Amino acid sequence: MKLRSLTAAAIATTLALGSGVVSADLTFPSLSYRTGAYAPNGIPFADGYADYFTMLNERDGGIGGAKINFIECETGYNTEKGVECYESTKGEGALLYQPLSTGITYQLIPKATADGIPVHSMGYGRTSAANGKVFSHIFNYPGNYWDAASIIIKHILDEEGGDIKDKNIALVYHNSAYGKEPIRTLEELAKKHGYKLTLLAVDHPGQEQKSQWLQIRRERPDYVLMWGWGVMNQVAIQEAANIRYPMDKFIGVWWSSSENDVIPSGSGANGYKAINFHGVGDDFGVYDDLRKYVVDTGKAAGDGSNLGTVLYNRGMYAAVLAAEAARTAQEIHGVAEINASQMRDGMEALKIDQTRMAELGLADFGPEINVTCESHGGPGQAAIQQWDAESKTWKLITDFAGADRDVIDALIAEDSAAFAAENSITPRSC
Amino acid sequence: MFYRESGDFKSNYAADQQTFPIKFDRIGVAIFLVFAFFIVPFIINDYWEKSIIVPVLVWSLAALGLNILTGYCGLVSLGTGGFMAVGAYASYKLTTSFPELNMFLVILFSGGITALVGILFGLPSLRIKGFYLAVATLAAQFFLIWLFNKVPWFYNSSASGMITVPERTIFGIAVTGSNSPPWATYLFCLIFVVVFAVIARNLTRGRLGRSWMAIRDMDIAAEIIGVAPLSAKLSAFAISSFYIGLSGALFFSVYLGAAEPTEAFGIDKSFLVLFMIIIGGLGSIFGSFIGAAFMFLLPVLFKNIMVGGFGWPTDMVQHLIFMLVGALIMFFLIVEPHGLAQLWRVTKEKLRLWPFPH
Repeated sequence: MKLRSLTAAAIATTLALGSGVVSADLTFPSLSYRTGAYAPNGIPFADGYADYFTMLNERDGGIGGAKINFIECETGYNTEKGVECYESTKGEGALLYQPLSTGITYQLIPKATADGIPVHSMGYGRTSAANGKVFSHIFNYPGNYWDAASIIIKHILDEEGGDIKDKNIALVYHNSAYGKEPIRTLEELAKKHGYKLTLLAVDHPGQEQKSQWLQIRRERPDYVLMWGWGVMNQVAIQEAANIRYPMDKFIGVWWSSSENDVIPSGSGANGYKAINFHGVGDDFGVYDDLRKYVVDTGKAAGDGSNLGTVLYNRGMYAAVLAAEAARTAQEIHGVAEINASQMRDGMEALKIDQTRMAELGLADFGPEINVTCESHGGPGQAAIQQWDAESKTWKLITDFAGADRDVIDALIAEDSAAFAAENSITPRSC
Repeated sequence: MFYRESGDFKSNYAADQQTFPIKFDRIGVAIFLVFAFFIVPFIINDYWEKSIIVPVLVWSLAALGLNILTGYCGLVSLGTGGFMAVGAYASYKLTTSFPELNMFLVILFSGGITALVGILFGLPSLRIKGFYLAVATLAAQFFLIWLFNKVPWFYNSSASGMITVPERTIFGIAVTGSNSPPWATYLFCLIFVVVFAVIARNLTRGRLGRSWMAIRDMDIAAEIIGVAPLSAKLSAFAISSFYIGLSGALFFSVYLGAAEPTEAFGIDKSFLVLFMIIIGGLGSIFGSFIGAAFMFLLPVLFKNIMVGGFGWPTDMVQHLIFMLVGALIMFFLIVEPHGLAQLWRVTKEKLRLWPFPH
């Protein structure tokens, strides 16, 4: 009796551990995180990503006539859980992975390439993946960290009238692969422009930043840049407000640019700047459809309160780019139910101009996108946004501008060549 | 009825002292090993390899290592994550510096390097014990992670500080990197785990293991009867760190393939392994395995049931898992404070007597 029930339990366990394989139309897994220290930023992104796909299913019946099968998997921003999520969803015919974590992206780069599934690390992940000759399955359009670093420095140049020689610029960064990415670029740019770079690392999860801000208070750098994520952003902005650091000299990367990061500091955060590669607010046509088909029918992934926030917009934009790539792939291959390798072709041939953006209800939302075989990095354009604490809104204060291509392209070529040598990859000829 | 020792007579000391004195156990273990070595490699797929079996094997090895230190020698360590990082970075430096080196040797040398580091951080154990030692090993955890994050030599000055394993083959079959077939990585890990579990089992039954246990039970008494605390404690630290180093090397090179120190080897990993041996059973080889399986598989199991089976929202499931796993840990510790291994021992006793419990 006991043995039999043990056996039954063992069999039940075995079945439950293995993941079921379901054939589906167009499978888009979402490796999201709605729990843990990074949840404040993970939730709005995941909501935007999910809601746009739901809207396509409700409004158009999917993409090009094929329904979308959307699977969400919780990673908690943890690499091991990310691997588990990847392995458990890839069997269902996953077309594309967007892990929203630089650590998980690094894990997936070799795995997904071997499995032939594209990864779109939109504005994060390994920067040199922009070189499509080496990274055949990895895309990071419309911009990467090194673009961001360069555009921020350009903005500072504009502010300072073109001369930042002997200025002191500090970088407060998340002490991980993600936070370390811009350092090399900032060092190169320091050589070119003659500013002094101070590096201040903040360890995971980022609640403890007293000593870093004490140092900033003592040294009074002319500008502070931030590569933060999750609760680290809120704490840093609060600490900056506490030491009365001038907020308009404090510039975050696009992952330190959401409402969740600035609202806790109240009026202290007024004037805080961040870079962004897409538009802000909900004054876009697509929101009418999102409200009509998703939020009002109760199908929203979250409670619907995140619509129009920066990270919701970004999640939605990620889904837009994925859906457009799938549409391109359908056109190229002439089938509605594409597979992962066809999806990759679609991403590599992705072209979105302003007319198409207007059709999508996203007029002037972001720069035009033109992915090619050599360049998986997209236009690399971004604008600076500024926080208005009074009206609780972000406002773009510059136009979308490009990065210092001389510096960035050389760095990308160098880093991707190192990766190719390490992993004995022969670059494709494009 | 099932679990008889009657009629199983031993006529020499070797037979009497064997690891599994009961025939039923021997047959069971033999069948299990045959299944693990000759059947599983043919049916294993990517999901089972990467998400279930290989991580459990790797964590078992780490739990085995910590159990030697904490369970057998009574020295509490919170530096497991740091020592795993030593193993991982050692294997990374060895594979990238000596591309021709056989992967088996790489893993073994990584364990050896970790053993040296373990001895170094074990030195304070000669003067301090209990919670104070736990704090000293906590320092090892933070120092080692800081070191690997700070010094570019350890990560070959890569832009992001991330280490990525290059592809390495054994007999022409990749065991690391993304092109390695699931059965190869599985067998690679299994060989290490089986061999070193047997070694651990025999170590703990021999002179060394007995000196550890003597120190654990009462160090002054042990010293009086002639057990040298220096060699006992440092050997426990060395061998424990060797195992943890092996597991760290496998964790990085076979299981994950890429890692960064803060995320992959943080303090939470030290606690995880400590929980594994407490749940599994302190001072038990079997307990290390069952504890590792319990702590690693339970969340995956719940996730698959609740998200895959019932289709509940992922965030709610994640919160439920935290609560359920926590509740189950408390439940098992209340039912059996000596861990799951003791539960198994009691079950075995009952099976022996069944159906005549008196």
